[in-house]
Amino acid sequence: MEIFGVPTQALFGQLLIGLINGSFYALLSLGLAVIFGLLNIINFAHGAQYMLGAFTAFLLLNKAPALGLPALGYWWSLVLAPVIVGAIGVVIERLMLKQLYKLDHLYGLLLTFGLALIIEGVFRNEFGSSGQPYPIPEQLTGGQNLGFMFLPNYRAWVIVASLAICLSTWYLIERTKLGGYLRAATENPTLVQAFGINVPRMITLTYGLGVGLAALGGVMAAPIYQVSPQMGADLIIVVFAVVVIGGMGSILGSIVTGFGLGLVEGLTKVFYPEASNTVIFVIMAIVLMIKPAGLFGVQK
Amino acid sequence: MMKRKLSIPLVFAALAAMSGTASAQISDGTVKIGVLTDMSSLYSDLAGPGSTVAAKLAVEDFQKTSKAGLKIEVVSADHQNKADVGSSLARQWYDTQQVDAIFDVPNSAVALAVSAVTKEKGNAFVDAGGATVDLTGKACTPNTIHWTYDTWMLANGTGKALVKTGGDTWFFLTADYAFGHSLEGETDSVVARAGGKVVGRVRHPLNTQDFSSFLLQAQASKAKVIGLANAGGDTINSIKQAAEFGIVKGGQNLAGLLVFLSDVHGLGLDKAQGLIFTESFYWDMNDQTRAWSKRFAAANGGKYPTMVHAGVYSAVLHYLKAVEAGKTDDGTKTIAKMKELPTDDPLFGKGQVRADGRKIHPVYLFEVKKPSESKYPYDYYKVRATIPADQAFRPLADGNCPLVKK
Repeated sequence: MEIFGVPTQALFGQLLIGLINGSFYALLSLGLAVIFGLLNIINFAHGAQYMLGAFTAFLLLNKAPALGLPALGYWWSLVLAPVIVGAIGVVIERLMLKQLYKLDHLYGLLLTFGLALIIEGVFRNEFGSSGQPYPIPEQLTGGQNLGFMFLPNYRAWVIVASLAICLSTWYLIERTKLGGYLRAATENPTLVQAFGINVPRMITLTYGLGVGLAALGGVMAAPIYQVSPQMGADLIIVVFAVVVIGGMGSILGSIVTGFGLGLVEGLTKVFYPEASNTVIFVIMAIVLMIKPAGLFGVQK
Repeated sequence: MMKRKLSIPLVFAALAAMSGTASAQISDGTVKIGVLTDMSSLYSDLAGPGSTVAAKLAVEDFQKTSKAGLKIEVVSADHQNKADVGSSLARQWYDTQQVDAIFDVPNSAVALAVSAVTKEKGNAFVDAGGATVDLTGKACTPNTIHWTYDTWMLANGTGKALVKTGGDTWFFLTADYAFGHSLEGETDSVVARAGGKVVGRVRHPLNTQDFSSFLLQAQASKAKVIGLANAGGDTINSIKQAAEFGIVKGGQNLAGLLVFLSDVHGLGLDKAQGLIFTESFYWDMNDQTRAWSKRFAAANGGKYPTMVHAGVYSAVLHYLKAVEAGKTDDGTKTIAKMKELPTDDPLFGKGQVRADGRKIHPVYLFEVKKPSESKYPYDYYKVRATIPADQAFRPLADGNCPLVKK
């Protein structure tokens, strides 16, 4: 059977690939949505923080022995990289972003954009643009023949892990008491503070969480792509489009749109590959015309 | 009255002529060399800051032997892989910064744009980093020389060799811009001439991260050879992900149509081993290339030179020799002089620049070593075949360059 000249079997393969890419979009846009929804900061450094996650994994594996530490592999990095990069995020929030809350969104955007350029420049200077190799963890090498395609085990893991992370983040923020405090603090910080909750600390930790999610995405991407300084810059624009389409700040919106746009992009790569890096922006334009607040956004 | 009116322009003309001879025809007393390259994106390892280092080494070596006492300055800029940025930088350099000649310019789209600006301004442009064979074909100009390699040479070297060893069905993964199209087109015709067949192609945007869906299409095509008509980071990611999807294990071969030392270094021998491709320079060929490359690496943060870096060095050296011999840095005259003088340098040996602007030298078919065969840092290639200079590049008559008299 064929659909528009493409065998259905091949189409299934492409849809699955789309889903895999979608899981990266979802993971990254999730962090952005958390930061924007709860802190009102447009975090342009998100791509750089994703790259930092990948580089932390690379450094833990290859450079840690030089410091007398054991070489830490993929599974360690999955835990440590988000913590390390998240901590860097906390420092950035405390030292710089905190000063900007009273000002327009634009200042936060400019600051994080500048930070991204600096971080990427430093890494390019140090490591070059060709990137560094990072091996797939031994347990996940090889793949399964699904009949319609060969699915590398690692890619299957990426879908599962990213879905789990997305859903638990959504649950944490929308369904738990802690998430409730957070959302209340963004609505009315003074009142929440009056109840004895340390709002500034909560905000700092939320930024750290968002940044940690970016770093986690970076570690998951390291074995698939080269660990290269511009890996985040290439992705961040698309991810912003995902967040805008999903509705700025909507957590569920960013997850659903992330996976959905991955699928759409996958299909475009089959039917008209030349347009595969523009299709998302075309959709963005259409969505903004029809629903300016995004698919899941609430008009304020 | 009539007489006086006429005499004023005459006086000026005479003055201009006098001042011209007085400064030995070097405009503003300095030969200014502009290295226009990709400083910040996927081609910045294969060209980028290393190209500036190579240009400076060439100036250093030229000054050691030259008696002309030329004042030479090297400047550089980032064209960001955008043709409009490249051509406006070139314009600015020529118009207001007294740059005499532009070198390097990886990215074919930018190279074609800079070549057009250079012709309009009458300056000199030696492309060492770009690939499209059109620079010496239908788009050739009296102000441009194409130095290191081109798409015809790559297609001819790699395409022929692979069809000969049984790779007779091809699928192309092509970067969707001037360079990819040119490389795909040239390889397509080489494969057809050698008796092979192209069964499919897919064009991906420049600077793509994920190649899996393109690779899946290539896999489904059942072609024996998957030709990668892309470069730099795109090639690296294609090869890496092809390994992940078990493409080579499944019996299909990858042909990197344009692979640089920096790509092999980035991939690691583990992933790159067995890859066959064509290049015009490898650092570990003889004592002279080794000595130069070590000097280069010391100035380039330990990174060894690609053929583009070697090309920039050799091109700048020859350009300066032509300026010295012609006693002028006028673009059109110097390019003519560069074609007239035979080339000779430690990296490419003896060669020449043809009437259409094509620099010719021998090129090599390389294979990437297995990790077990590599004995020291950057010990990556072994030579499979040498293609002599007169067969390596497109025959002069086939290019339809208007400068070539028929």
